[in-house]
Amino acid sequence: MERQQDYVLRTVEERGVRLIRLWFTDVLGQLKSVAISPAELENAFEEGMHFDGSAIDGFSRVQESDVLAKPDPNTFELLPWAKADDDISARMFCDILNHDGTPFEGDPRQVLKRNLDRAHDLGFQFMVAPEMEFFYFASGDPSKPLEPLDSGSYFDLTTADMASDLRKRTIAMLEAMGIPVEYSFHEDAPSQHEIDLRYTDALTMADNVMTFRLVVREIALEQGAYATFMPKPLTGVQGSGMHTHMSLFEGDSNAFHDSGDPYGLSKVAYGFIAGLLRHGPEITAVTNQLVNSYKRLIVGYEAPTFLTWARNNRSALVRIPVTKGGKQSSTRIEFRSPDPACNPYLAFSAMLAAGLKGIEEGYEIPPEAAANVFELTPEERAADGIRSLPQSLSDALDAMEGSEVVAEALGEHIFEWFLRNKRAEWFDYKSQVTPFELARYLPNI
Amino acid sequence: MEPLLVYPDPPPAELAQALDLAGYPWKGVGDEGSITRLEPDDGWAGAIVVADATPEAAFVICRALRKRDLPLEPLLLLASGAQLGDLELRDDLFDDFCLTPFHPRELEARLKHLFWRTGRGTRPELVEYGDLLLNLETYQAAISGRPLDLTYMEYELLKFLASHPGKVFTRETLLSRVWGYEYYGGARTVDVHIRRLRAKLGEEHANLIQTVRSVGYRFGQSRWGL
Repeated sequence: MERQQDYVLRTVEERGVRLIRLWFTDVLGQLKSVAISPAELENAFEEGMHFDGSAIDGFSRVQESDVLAKPDPNTFELLPWAKADDDISARMFCDILNHDGTPFEGDPRQVLKRNLDRAHDLGFQFMVAPEMEFFYFASGDPSKPLEPLDSGSYFDLTTADMASDLRKRTIAMLEAMGIPVEYSFHEDAPSQHEIDLRYTDALTMADNVMTFRLVVREIALEQGAYATFMPKPLTGVQGSGMHTHMSLFEGDSNAFHDSGDPYGLSKVAYGFIAGLLRHGPEITAVTNQLVNSYKRLIVGYEAPTFLTWARNNRSALVRIPVTKGGKQSSTRIEFRSPDPACNPYLAFSAMLAAGLKGIEEGYEIPPEAAANVFELTPEERAADGIRSLPQSLSDALDAMEGSEVVAEALGEHIFEWFLRNKRAEWFDYKSQVTPFELARYLPNI
Repeated sequence: MEPLLVYPDPPPAELAQALDLAGYPWKGVGDEGSITRLEPDDGWAGAIVVADATPEAAFVICRALRKRDLPLEPLLLLASGAQLGDLELRDDLFDDFCLTPFHPRELEARLKHLFWRTGRGTRPELVEYGDLLLNLETYQAAISGRPLDLTYMEYELLKFLASHPGKVFTRETLLSRVWGYEYYGGARTVDVHIRRLRAKLGEEHANLIQTVRSVGYRFGQSRWGL
């Protein structure tokens, strides 16, 4: 037996683990869990656990619905929220396999692995660090008006602030689970918080994002509050983004770094940015997958709306953060459109694929966006060749549907299912008559 | 357990007998060239070098064992009382010494203690450094008696580092020695795991793993007290 598996089996025994949760992710990015007892663990390693995939979003197929969940022993982690000794549980992320042992094409984790393998073939390791934004509310009941937990603003340091306490507990638990936090602070909007995760390889980070969303929610619930990653829960205030810092490494050296360049960026980095800008509209449905996502991507807030890049301009889609002391290893780019409701496996896959395409095809990078693009007139923007991000989920799906890059990155199965599922979501939304329409039209028309 | 390297070949009869009685497998090595040629697949478990008959040749063997990429540990030197002066300035060449003629019980006790300290060989397989304790048999780690919840790779990395305190390793070396293959994160994966380990060790003990600028990482204090 492999040593990793032996390690897990021995630890389960030594620590008295009662329950092992096998985690995996559906196509829409929801965390799913199957719990097994320690007695079933050895079998799960050897053969995988059978289950019927037809109940999981994006897992159903025409002929065969049974799939296998095979735990990845490298992701074994004791869950720190045990309350008593007889309540100790652990988790492992799973790969989903077909019955013949081949990767199941509907499994987002393996989609990311496939894309990382592609980067690896080109000599690159893909490192990411997301900034996770979210809101705390008193409750998650949509029939009641939303009630923020505080009315603090950016970087506020108030005592006896319940939300800060929640954030502190969350960070302690993340650290206990081996997810180091870089910064955390109160964001602009009332009850909005941000926790920045320290960079890891993209697969570990996608696993971390799944764990992160669960931990944030669990801790809020424990204290009788509600945490949400909905991109734009409140009209008129900032939405929640998942700005993602990215870099490619070649062994020990940062492939994005070139000390001879005024911005410290290499040809590889410029190619990657050019790829993100060119294919930006096509990958937006993946990085911003909800009807609500597009309520965040509007002019007037810090969210990007145009396909631009810049060094020190927070309205740009791709921003070049200034690195501390020009440190080689921290040279990176920040992609600002994704929101925390995305499926991180698919979002990282799509971003990587777009960037690699730019490197491979040697795309020319457009000029840096000089002024605040928001302040230009539409004519000026058109003259500068500045395109917009998709304005709605429907626009984003149209852009995605024609994209070779996204189809290749996600694979046919997920590509088709995603489009079908999201078209249906758009149709449901479009067929609603909203309070906005009633208020605006009913009295006059 | 892998065999111990014993110099010279054949060793004094009383040494061979003491080792056999204590249950330590061993192999005689007569010269520097045989060290690698006779080495078992999983490496020597340790070495006993007898210096009282041929001191110069014995120190050549010690030096050869310590000069390897991974210096052979533990190394027990057997020397006569008249040679104590020769040990001066040669502290780096051995982990402990025993005077000849030796007492078999003393030799056995010293070996047992050496293996316990370096965490290899005899039961229980423990690696200990300050407040940190690793049980290699059960894969469990604890700091100040508090169990650490580690992932497999975190455990392997900590075990490797704690087994070689004071030595500086580059990221590439750690990646090839601990991971043994190219992982998705490449050499940066090492940084990520070091960070996670420090977080789990807790603030008080995070400095057990030191960053050595533009080189890599070191566990515990430098051998030179730097």
